[in-house]
Amino acid sequence: MNDSLRELYEEVILDHNRNPRNYNHTPENANHTAHGDNPLCGDRYSVKLTVKDGRIDDAGFEGSGCAISKASASLMLESVKGKSLEEVEHLFNSVHRHLTDHKANEESDDELGKLKVLGGVKEFPMRVKCAILPWHILNAAINETDQMVSTEQQ
Amino acid sequence: MNYPYFFLEPTGISAGLDPEKFKNDFPILRKPVRGKKLVYLDNAATSQKPHTVIEAIRQYYLDSNANVHRGVHWLSEKATEAYEMARIKMQEFINADHADEIVFVRGSTEAINLVAQTYGRKEIGQGDEILITEMEHHSNIVPWQLLVEETGADLQVIHIDDNGELIREELREKLTEKTKLVAITHISNALGTVNPIREIIRSAHEVGARVLVDGAQAAPHLKIDVHDLDCDFYTLSGHKMYAPTGIGILYGKRELLQNMPPYQGGGEMITSVSLTGSSYAKPPYRFEAGTPNIEGAIGLGAAADYLNSIDFDTLSAHENEVLDYATDRLSAMDGLKIIGTSGHKAGIISFVIDSIHPHDVGTILDQAGIAVRTGHHCAMPIMERFQLPATTRVSLALYNTKDDIDSLVEGLKQVKEVFK
Repeated sequence: MNDSLRELYEEVILDHNRNPRNYNHTPENANHTAHGDNPLCGDRYSVKLTVKDGRIDDAGFEGSGCAISKASASLMLESVKGKSLEEVEHLFNSVHRHLTDHKANEESDDELGKLKVLGGVKEFPMRVKCAILPWHILNAAINETDQMVSTEQQ
Repeated sequence: MNYPYFFLEPTGISAGLDPEKFKNDFPILRKPVRGKKLVYLDNAATSQKPHTVIEAIRQYYLDSNANVHRGVHWLSEKATEAYEMARIKMQEFINADHADEIVFVRGSTEAINLVAQTYGRKEIGQGDEILITEMEHHSNIVPWQLLVEETGADLQVIHIDDNGELIREELREKLTEKTKLVAITHISNALGTVNPIREIIRSAHEVGARVLVDGAQAAPHLKIDVHDLDCDFYTLSGHKMYAPTGIGILYGKRELLQNMPPYQGGGEMITSVSLTGSSYAKPPYRFEAGTPNIEGAIGLGAAADYLNSIDFDTLSAHENEVLDYATDRLSAMDGLKIIGTSGHKAGIISFVIDSIHPHDVGTILDQAGIAVRTGHHCAMPIMERFQLPATTRVSLALYNTKDDIDSLVEGLKQVKEVFK
């Protein structure tokens, strides 16, 4: 396996793909939901959140897709649970930058912690959409957009 | 046939079978991909182009470029001659009775839309039925959905069984005197099933229905003989049969084309225009509004020459040998399941691997220089039928060899290694 493949399929990614956290978990009193898909490859997820006092109390996701999208969703929910919506928005922006901006500097990435492994997609332009899809669904759930999120409308 | 000078006599092709020699006819196959030898197994999406096709297009621009059917000057004559020669080549390629039964279009998609919007709008109305199948490409579903929405006709569907074959009983039940048109693929792009279209055409004609055959996947693999099939319409895409993108043909029986209204309006498709009305040209020009894709038609003619120089029996024997080899090797892999297991297949193997998403398979294979297609292959009803979000699809061309399949299997072992 070459280096970029190893970075794409980091052990953390493989682990979260094998054992996704908060997967098929329906949070109690979920009050925010959104669905999204990547029509080109058939990835399809929905995210459910329980938001209380401006904070994500609980979260779950379901659906199916590739290892990258599933691991991204799993890592995402793990990291946003307990965070305020403001913090989540900030995190969303950092992740977005980390996945798409080749010049993003290492320091600003520090806050990402475990989420840094998602940066392996940078070398695989076709796969950036996979990693980012769950984040857009999360965003839509928070903002209560009724519209289905699609990688092809961004 | 005497070739005008811009069609090179196809070269570099042996009548016997040396698949490596076929590879040499395709310059791109000699270029490494990601530092590896390219193993191109995405031919059902688009095939690579042989040297003779590339050269025919180059020569056309070097020597003969002008608009067709317009100028009286020397270049325009040359261009027109080349364009019409390509039509004759395609007539011969599919054994149509007349050259005017060949309409140049952008590809199979446009050909089907053309039939839906002209023949369909005129001949199919409320209470009539159009019969399609569950294994159609979206391009042979959506144009009919648009038509029935507009006309109030009904769309009926023949479903497929677990092997990916049409359910014959449904064909018998759903083919009735209400059926005006059967639109069916010759070869499934997602499963590889070769449909018994001769039998279907005969049954359809018995109830007075017309038949459109989508031949996009068949053209590179099977000898097409529209005279013998007796189909009413046949469509194909050049780029899947070694020609450039943006060109294809609609074959239609002469008496059908003659009674069809125009598709698009513009130059080329008229005999006279006044500000109060226009009269339309005869087929095929009635359906070729605007300056056509001249270089594309010439490239398509050159691709037909290339295929004719090999002979389809030799080609099928080779492709089937590689297909059988691939089927055996892939079936032997743990956790791999082939989707589409008909006894009548050509050129295509779709498969899934336990708990590994096709997208991940595709990315890892790509790193080894192996190009496959992953996704729903523009055939979402098939994915729904097999309850799959996606498959990995390997599709063969004449230049693929058993070595390519060995590389694929090695690549798949690596995929399993990553996800073990």
